[in-house]
Amino acid sequence: MAEPIPVSANGAPGTPGATDTPDDDVSSLKARLRRAERRRRLTAMLLVAPLFAFLLVSFLIPMGDMLLRSVDNWQIPNVLPNTVERIAAWDGEALPEEAVYAAMAADIRAGKESGEIGKAATRLNYEVSGARSLFNKTRRRIERIEPPYKAALIDIDRRWGQPDIWQAIKRESGPYTASYYLAAADLTYNAEGEVVAVPEYRQVYVELFIRTIWMSLAITGLTILLGYPVAYLLANLPLRYSNLLMILVLLPFWTSLLVRTTTWITILQSQGVINDILVWLGLIATDERLQLIHNKIGTMVAMTHILLPFMILPLYSVMKTIPPSYMRAARSLGATPLTAFVKVYLPQTVSGVGAGSILVFILAIGYYITPALVGGETGQFISNFIARHMLVSLNWGLAAALGSMLLAGVLVLYLVYNKLVGIDNMKLG
Amino acid sequence: MAQEDPQEEPFVQFKDVQKTYDGETLVVKNLNLDIAKGEFLTMLGPSGSGKTTCLMMLAGFETSTRGQILLDGRPINNVPPHKRGIGMVFQNYALFPHMSVAENLAFPLKVRKIDSATIEEKVNRALEMVRLPEMGSRRPAQLSGGQQQRVAVARALVFDPDLVLMDEPLGALDKNLREEMQFEIKHIHENLGVTVVYVTHDQSEALTMSNRIAVFDDGVIQQLDEPDQLYEKPVNTFCANFIGENNRLDGEVKSMDEGGLCTVALPDGTSIKALAVNVEGVGSRTALSLRPERVRIAPEAGSLPNIFPARVEELIYLGDHIRTRISLCGNDQFIVKVPNAQGHATLKRGATVDVGWVADDCRALDP
Repeated sequence: MAEPIPVSANGAPGTPGATDTPDDDVSSLKARLRRAERRRRLTAMLLVAPLFAFLLVSFLIPMGDMLLRSVDNWQIPNVLPNTVERIAAWDGEALPEEAVYAAMAADIRAGKESGEIGKAATRLNYEVSGARSLFNKTRRRIERIEPPYKAALIDIDRRWGQPDIWQAIKRESGPYTASYYLAAADLTYNAEGEVVAVPEYRQVYVELFIRTIWMSLAITGLTILLGYPVAYLLANLPLRYSNLLMILVLLPFWTSLLVRTTTWITILQSQGVINDILVWLGLIATDERLQLIHNKIGTMVAMTHILLPFMILPLYSVMKTIPPSYMRAARSLGATPLTAFVKVYLPQTVSGVGAGSILVFILAIGYYITPALVGGETGQFISNFIARHMLVSLNWGLAAALGSMLLAGVLVLYLVYNKLVGIDNMKLG
Repeated sequence: MAQEDPQEEPFVQFKDVQKTYDGETLVVKNLNLDIAKGEFLTMLGPSGSGKTTCLMMLAGFETSTRGQILLDGRPINNVPPHKRGIGMVFQNYALFPHMSVAENLAFPLKVRKIDSATIEEKVNRALEMVRLPEMGSRRPAQLSGGQQQRVAVARALVFDPDLVLMDEPLGALDKNLREEMQFEIKHIHENLGVTVVYVTHDQSEALTMSNRIAVFDDGVIQQLDEPDQLYEKPVNTFCANFIGENNRLDGEVKSMDEGGLCTVALPDGTSIKALAVNVEGVGSRTALSLRPERVRIAPEAGSLPNIFPARVEELIYLGDHIRTRISLCGNDQFIVKVPNAQGHATLKRGATVDVGWVADDCRALDP
C-alpha cells in the first residue's frame, strides 16, 4: 500500500524514470483492485454460506439423490450378480442354458440369506408383472432343489421356462435403467426389446401430464381474466380505496392454503352453499344437485382462487408504473377508449402478464394439496401420482422419473420465458 | 398575431364554467374566457389555482360541474376526448415507450385510418418540423429530454389539429433547454397559425411565449391581458406580486385626486401620490405596487411628485444591474434595481439617498 506514494512523487513530468513508472503504477493498481475485490467477494460468500450450506443439505443433495433414483438400477446387478454375469452370453432367443439357471439358484439362495432378494423381485416386478410372486415362491423352496437347476426351477414354477423374465433380467443387468422414464411416458419393451406403447388400458401418465398442463394453462388463463381488472383497479384507484382492495387481495394470500381449500369444499359440495342456493331459487331440483367438486371443476375453481394473488401482484406492480397520462395522451390523439387500451396500455403490461403467468403456471403444474383434496378422480395432477408412488406404491424410481420430467418441463418453460420476455422484466411486486 | 376582434366568433369559449371535485369547494369558480383562433393563450398561476383543471376540462378528461365549453361555436361538454380533435402535450411527454418515435407520431394518424403513404409523409414532415429527421426509428427512452419534448410537440401537431393544449410541457427541462424550447414552440405556433392553450406556473415562460395571459388564482382569472400590460398594469395585488418583482407599501386612501390619481397615507405619516387602480374610495385600505426598476435614485428635487429619503441596507451586484435593498417609509424590504449603465449612481451601504418615482408607476391596488 505504501509503495505507490514514492512512485507518484518521482513520476512528476520531466523527472528521470517518468517513462517506466506508469507501468508499475498500473500493475500495482490492478493488483490492489484484485485484492480489494477478493476481500469483497469473500465477504459476500461468507454472507451466503449458511444459506448455501442449508440448501445443499436440505434441498440440493436430496434432489440430486432423487434424480439419480430415476435411473438407478442397483437391485439387479447387486442382488443377482452371478445371473447377470452368466446371462451376458445368452442370445435372448431360446431359454438360457443350465449355467444361468444355476447362477440364479445361487443368487436366490444368497439373497435369501441376506434378505435382499425381495428388492430384486420388486424391481423385476416393474418389468414383468408376477415376477415378485415367482421369486417368493422360488425362495421358499430354494433349499430343497438339486441340480440340474433348469429342470428344478421350471418344476417350481413354469414361468422360469418362459423367456420374458430372462429377457428382462438381461436387459436390466446394467447399473442404470431407462425403464422408469419409459414407464413415466407410458412406454415399455416388447419381447424383441423394442420400445412400444403400453396397452391402452394401462396408459396413465401421458394423459395425466397433458391434463396437468392444460388445466394449469386454463387456471393461468382464468387468473389473467380475473386478475387483470383487479390489478388495474388497484393501480388506478385513489389510495384509500386501493389500500382496502389490496388488503382484500392479500388476506386470502395470508390465510392457510388448507383452510382456503377446505372452504371451497363447503361451498362447492353437493350439500354445499352453491347447490343449496340453486335449489332454494328453484333453478335445480334437489335430486339433481350439481357435481362441483371432486372433479376438474373443483380443482380449477379452488386453484384459480388460491393462485390469483400470484397473478394480481406482478400485474399490479407493472401497472403502478404506467402513468395515467399515457391513456390520456392516446385518447387526445383520437383513439377510442378500447383502441387506447389495446394499443397503448396492454402492450405496456405484457411483462406483468408474463411474470404472473409463468409464476401461476409453474405453481399450478406442481400443485399437490388442492387437487388431492378437491380433485377427486378426474381432477388429479401429476404431483398427486408422484406422491402416491412415493408414499403408497413405494416405486421411488418411477416417482423420481415423473418428478424429473416435471422439473425439466418447468426449466424449459423458464428458458422459453427468459428468451421471450427476459427474466429481468419479471416484476413480482 | 390574432388579437381580440369583437366581430369574430371566439374559437374556444368557457361560459360560466364551475368545477368541484368533492362537492364542497369550487376549484374553478364561474370561469368566462374567450380564446380567439390562432391565439397563444397562457393560463398562469400557482399550483392549485385551477388552471390545469381548466385545461383538462377543455381536453375532455374532466367534466365541468356547471357551465358550458364551446369549441368553434359547438358545445363540447358531452363530446369524448378522442372526438374533440385537440392535440395535447403532457408534462411528462407521455410518449408511448413501446413504440418508436415514428410509430408514436403515426399513432394519431393510424387511429384516423389515414393511408400509410400519407402517414409516412406527414410523419417525416413532422420530424423535420422539430428538427429530428433521423430519429424516427429510435425509442423515446433513447432520446434526450429536449428531443422527447420535441417529439411530443410534433405528435400533438401531426394530425393538424386546430387547437393544441400544453400542460407545463417544459417543466422537466433544465433552464437553458427550457428557454430554447420556448422559442421553438413560439416559432412553431407562428408558422402553423394553430391555437395554443398553454398552462404553466413559470411567469417568464408565459411572458416570452403568449399573446395573452390569464392569471389564475383560487379558481378565478385575476387578470387576462397581454404580457406587457400584465407586467406594467396589474389590476390587483395578486397579479402585481405574482408577475415580476414588486414593492408593496400598505396605506390608507386620503383623497381621490383628478387625473385618476389618489393620495395615500402610510402608517408612518408619509403621503404618496399614486394611480388609483383598484381602490374603493377615501378611507379605504390599499396596497401600493411599485416595480423596482421604476424607482429613480437621487432625482432632482421637485422633478417627481414622490421623493423620499431612504437608507441603503444592502447591495447585491448582479452584473447588468445592482439589486439594492433600501429602507423607505418604514419598509426595510424595499428593492430598487440600479441599472449598471454608464454613470450610474454609486451607492454605499448605510448611506442615505433620495429616491423618487412618478405617480403613474405607483399603482394603488386592493389591500
